[in-house]
Amino acid sequence: MIVPFGHVLILAGILFLMGIFCVVVRRNLIMMVLGVEIMLNGASIAFVAAALRWQHLEGQVFVLFILAVAAAEVSVGLALIIFAYRRTGSFDPAHYNLLK
Amino acid sequence: MTIYAIIFYILAATIVLTTGLAITRRNLVHAVVYLVFSFFGTAMMFYLFGAPLLAVLEVIIYAGAIMILFLFIIMMVKAVPDEEKLFPMRQWVPVALMGLVYLVIGAVIISAAPGSQVTLTIALARPEAFSEYLFQRHWLAIEIISLLLLVALVGALYLGRKKDTS
Repeated sequence: MIVPFGHVLILAGILFLMGIFCVVVRRNLIMMVLGVEIMLNGASIAFVAAALRWQHLEGQVFVLFILAVAAAEVSVGLALIIFAYRRTGSFDPAHYNLLK
Repeated sequence: MTIYAIIFYILAATIVLTTGLAITRRNLVHAVVYLVFSFFGTAMMFYLFGAPLLAVLEVIIYAGAIMILFLFIIMMVKAVPDEEKLFPMRQWVPVALMGLVYLVIGAVIISAAPGSQVTLTIALARPEAFSEYLFQRHWLAIEIISLLLLVALVGALYLGRKKDTS
């Protein structure tokens, strides 16, 4: 016996909201990508708990795919951030106004 | 309250605390290191939920590879003078308000939903069984993921190359 399933869902929700907070409030692109990672992490916790709740391996398989997609997303995202930094010399998305 | 419940609540408090510290740090290196702590807590929670292989992968991939990639990027670019105004009022008040509303509504829905009171029982997915299930049912998805990683590698190389002078 561990805990009710609902408590794990609430923990996952809190983590997801923290990720959204980080993405929306911070004005640094690296912190924004970090916020996306926090959101994916919260979703992973919910998936693993659901796999335990229904005694089925499908949820754990999905977490494996989340890990792979997160790795791909971070590598391309950080490369894009470096590209933008070389062009504009800033991490603040408000400074990306080359079209103005 | 069993020992597993106590472990779960301690881990949950640690994860939320370290994540909260991470998203409020001004120094990016501190934020990344706090997030590594958060991912270690998540890995232990995966182990508690009976997924030892995923716990190991979480440490290797998330806390190891991805966070080190962040550290590389932060240390590669020259330290920018931190002109970031942390948490302008206009931005964080609406987010916190709506997040609180969603959190309260979500907690009410979760506590009212049938089946959310089911207590999780201890189980263990052995890595052999997990891998067998993975490669019997989802071999095509594994191939697609490997292709995705290859495309990401090529894309990152293309974006990160030095600008040619021609």
